[in-house]
Amino acid sequence: MINKIVQSMKQAMADIRDGAVVLLGGFGSIGQPNVLIDGLIENGAKDLTVVSNNAGVGRAGLALLLELGRVRKIICSYPRSAGSVVFEELYRAGKVALEVVPQGTMAERLRAAGAGIPAFFTPTGVGTKLAAGKEQREIAGRKYLLEEALAGDVALVEAWEADRWGNLIYRSSARNFNPVMATAAKLTIAQAQHIVDLGALDPEKIATPGIYVDRVLHVPYGEPTVT
Amino acid sequence: MNVLAACQPRTRNEMAARVARDIPEGWFVNLGIGAPLQVADHLPAEREVVFHSENGVLGMGPAPEPDRINRWLINAGKQYVTLRSGGSYMHHADSFGLIRGGHLDLCVLGAFQVAENGDLANWSTSENDSAPAVGGAMDLAAGARRVWVLMDHQTKSGESRLVRRCTYPLTALGVVKRIYTNLAVLDVTPDGFTVREMVEGLTLDALQKVTDAPLRMLD
Repeated sequence: MINKIVQSMKQAMADIRDGAVVLLGGFGSIGQPNVLIDGLIENGAKDLTVVSNNAGVGRAGLALLLELGRVRKIICSYPRSAGSVVFEELYRAGKVALEVVPQGTMAERLRAAGAGIPAFFTPTGVGTKLAAGKEQREIAGRKYLLEEALAGDVALVEAWEADRWGNLIYRSSARNFNPVMATAAKLTIAQAQHIVDLGALDPEKIATPGIYVDRVLHVPYGEPTVT
Repeated sequence: MNVLAACQPRTRNEMAARVARDIPEGWFVNLGIGAPLQVADHLPAEREVVFHSENGVLGMGPAPEPDRINRWLINAGKQYVTLRSGGSYMHHADSFGLIRGGHLDLCVLGAFQVAENGDLANWSTSENDSAPAVGGAMDLAAGARRVWVLMDHQTKSGESRLVRRCTYPLTALGVVKRIYTNLAVLDVTPDGFTVREMVEGLTLDALQKVTDAPLRMLD
């Protein structure tokens, strides 16, 4: 019997190694796998490369992971926002590397990684300083940049409902990066508000088929707050 | 600033209302974070315009009543919003696929500077800023069928935001089609900035005095 539901955070976090590339779902605090991030902190893995739309706010979650010095590099589209104090401090002190990626390019690089596409051409960023060092090509009269796929060793995602096969359904705008990140990592771990029986999820609504998911932890934490 | 004494510049709210007047029924529109978001407040309810938010929301509606907030539903500015009937959700790759794929009729963005060739600078104010937040600005600017800019005509210190060449880091090349400022509405044409309309009491001469790039009136 296939059963991807794990009973403990320790099981969920098993095999996350130092130096891993970790994909963190969520847009701000919505759809963010907050409890799994706490588990990653507890797990102790260091020298991580984190891929996340934002660079954390306040002193908890991703910000705490940064503050503890576990992150070598962060790849994101929006490092600076109100409250991203820890990132600011570390970045200014040269203690964390940063790669700024346009949001759509980041999403597509993740998608490409999950779909077996090593690189693609995009019009985003042509003529800007984010084009530095990238191959440019003109196709049918328009200029494009070559962007490479962005794969993770681990993806941490947040879902609304899950079953024991790892099928996931998301809620409203909490979907965001989660489905693409789930496809892009060797090991995908989901936290889900609700665990339901196999067959209970409407197949027409499953956004992440279980083939992409390795472990599911039941985390009924309630409603998120915007941070 | 004396040249502007005879006129009443538009407020942010009036600028947003002016943009809204030009959006026809049936368009799919992305409104940038900040002042452009106010455009939605000025569209009459009977005119169906579908708003997109980069974080995977199509058919976004206004802010919810305080007692009816869906805490899982925010816009790209991380404010609570609602979903209109007919609205849908998608993941980030699809959301930016529809942006890059040219499916949006319009994106309204704020800006620091727009050049007479349509170059847009709206994400960073310094070449030396090594950790600027780009978010979805470059994707929207490169992908939407039309990019309109809503911004003040001048900076707080009185420098023109309409320039011959942008001095701030670029977001995209040659993409801006129209600019709505507190003083005027202008098109970006192969011949440079063309003034469509000015606020009452303003003359082309006076507008030119506060604009770095050359202006001409729409024929």
